Amino acid sequence: MSRARTVGAEAVAAKGWLRAHRWLILRRLSQLGILALFLAGPVFGVWIVKGNLNYSLTLGVLPLTDPFVALQSLVAGHVPESLGLIGMAIVTAFYFLVGGRAYCAWVCPVNLVTDAADRLRDRLGIKGSAHLARATRYWILAAALLVSLVTGVVAWELVNPVSMLQRGLIFGLGTAWMVVLAVFLFDLLVMSRGWCGHLCPVGAFYSLLGRWSPVRVSAVQREACNDCMDCFEACPEPHVIRPALKGEKGAGVVILSPGCTNCGRCIDVCSKDVFAFGTRFKASPPGPARAAGEAHRL
Amino acid sequence: MAAAASNTRRQFLLDAARLACGAGLVGLGLGFYAKQARALPPLALRPPGALAEADFLGACVRCGLCVRDCPFHILELAKPESPVAVGTPYFTARTGPCEMCDDIPCVKACPTGALDHGLTDINRARMGLAVLIDHETCLNFQGLRCDVCYRVCPAIDQAITLEMVPNTRTGRHAMFLPTVHSDACTGCGKCEKACVLDEAAIRVLPVKLAKGALGRHYRLGWEEQKKAGGSLVDEKSMVDLPDRLPEGTQLPGHFDPGSGTGPAVPSAPPGMPGSAAGPVPSAPPGLGGGK
Repeated sequence: MSRARTVGAEAVAAKGWLRAHRWLILRRLSQLGILALFLAGPVFGVWIVKGNLNYSLTLGVLPLTDPFVALQSLVAGHVPESLGLIGMAIVTAFYFLVGGRAYCAWVCPVNLVTDAADRLRDRLGIKGSAHLARATRYWILAAALLVSLVTGVVAWELVNPVSMLQRGLIFGLGTAWMVVLAVFLFDLLVMSRGWCGHLCPVGAFYSLLGRWSPVRVSAVQREACNDCMDCFEACPEPHVIRPALKGEKGAGVVILSPGCTNCGRCIDVCSKDVFAFGTRFKASPPGPARAAGEAHRL
Repeated sequence: MAAAASNTRRQFLLDAARLACGAGLVGLGLGFYAKQARALPPLALRPPGALAEADFLGACVRCGLCVRDCPFHILELAKPESPVAVGTPYFTARTGPCEMCDDIPCVKACPTGALDHGLTDINRARMGLAVLIDHETCLNFQGLRCDVCYRVCPAIDQAITLEMVPNTRTGRHAMFLPTVHSDACTGCGKCEKACVLDEAAIRVLPVKLAKGALGRHYRLGWEEQKKAGGSLVDEKSMVDLPDRLPEGTQLPGHFDPGSGTGPAVPSAPPGMPGSAAGPVPSAPPGLGGGK
């Protein structure tokens, strides 16, 4: 029996299939829904959203600018027009609130690709994985900004698979599918969670943006944990769970690591309902065991 | 204990160095690629109001709103395989030239100013510069009256004029040479699109490729004369030196002391040979000298 079928099996048995996939389903709806909004214009002529993830104009009034692209442009020495700046402020504020890497889990189309690669990796039982520090992405982020500064070109956009895929789906893919396939194969064969978890500077940027964001996943009932390890298996950034779940070095129940994508998959796959969305200040009340948990922590 | 600590520190430094080197390599590759990306291929044209290419690549966020708002759908975002920086908008004159909308919707749509919002009169756009690049195939240069590039030009008689010169092949007709004037050409590409040849003889090129530039110190005498409202030198004291012509040639009013054949111009004052002859014809009669 493959791992993919055992991860979350307990949760399905305990909570039912739907509740054990709730956040995953919502996340896919969000990713596909956003893509559908962008595609409705060019495909069906229904222009709700114009543009792509780098910059879009919704219903002719709401500008949204990717702050990472805009930052590279600023570093390259160009100040955008007011619409571009307003869009940048809106998106920055939004992700500052909901957690920067929510972009990765809930919006980015490459997440669909890398999640698929990860799933297939489990199905095929591919074990080996190249090792690279997860901090690599921050170095690439720094390199991208530095190159933008030196060359005066929005550097990462020359190679960014994220915008290549999303823009390609809306404006014509060309050979961008090869780049996406390369990311898929890299994650499948070379390194588990390689792209999103180790290399992508876009995710790295958003993780810094959401460093202090209030919306967090918390291990609110961590004393109910039965060490089934399903959350570690399901989590794209497993290192973020341990401190909150195990209370290492007196850590609280809130997952504070900026690497967390707020995908909520750990909430899904836990049969004991250990995890829940909450704020960094106060975890949301999930159930009866909460009081005990609070007492325990005190 | 000390050895263990030193080992950890050693490991940390090694890891950090490795990461920095890896990221440095990525950055270096990206940097070279970024420099390459600035070389826009000559036949790809940016939308009206586009900043100079180096600035454009730092300003454009590749959102495609200009593409969406172009009512003629001529713009396209570069795909990874095209030689234009990926995701940036361009058009190709030969397949779809700019229609020069009065309200310039592509510029208005741009959220970053990569298309300069200061451009409000489309006639002042400079997307490129038309060049009649091949005189050997252009039909008008054969003495035919194609004139198509001239007719389709939105700035007809300003950006493209027909300059009449004698047709030396027939000796009795005129040639009407399409001539581009950079002060009026917007680089819309209509002429290139309309050229009837299999390969266009007139093409819109980047201004940088199409335009020469006079040395900054250089002055054209006749321009300066016009500006000053008269000759800058005392014409009375100018000496008209003898001109050399092929041996035996005799032009009326021309004095050639070297050949010894020409009659001395009777009215020439002593010491000022040929001074009364006035302007010397620069070309033999019948070849446009008197145009």
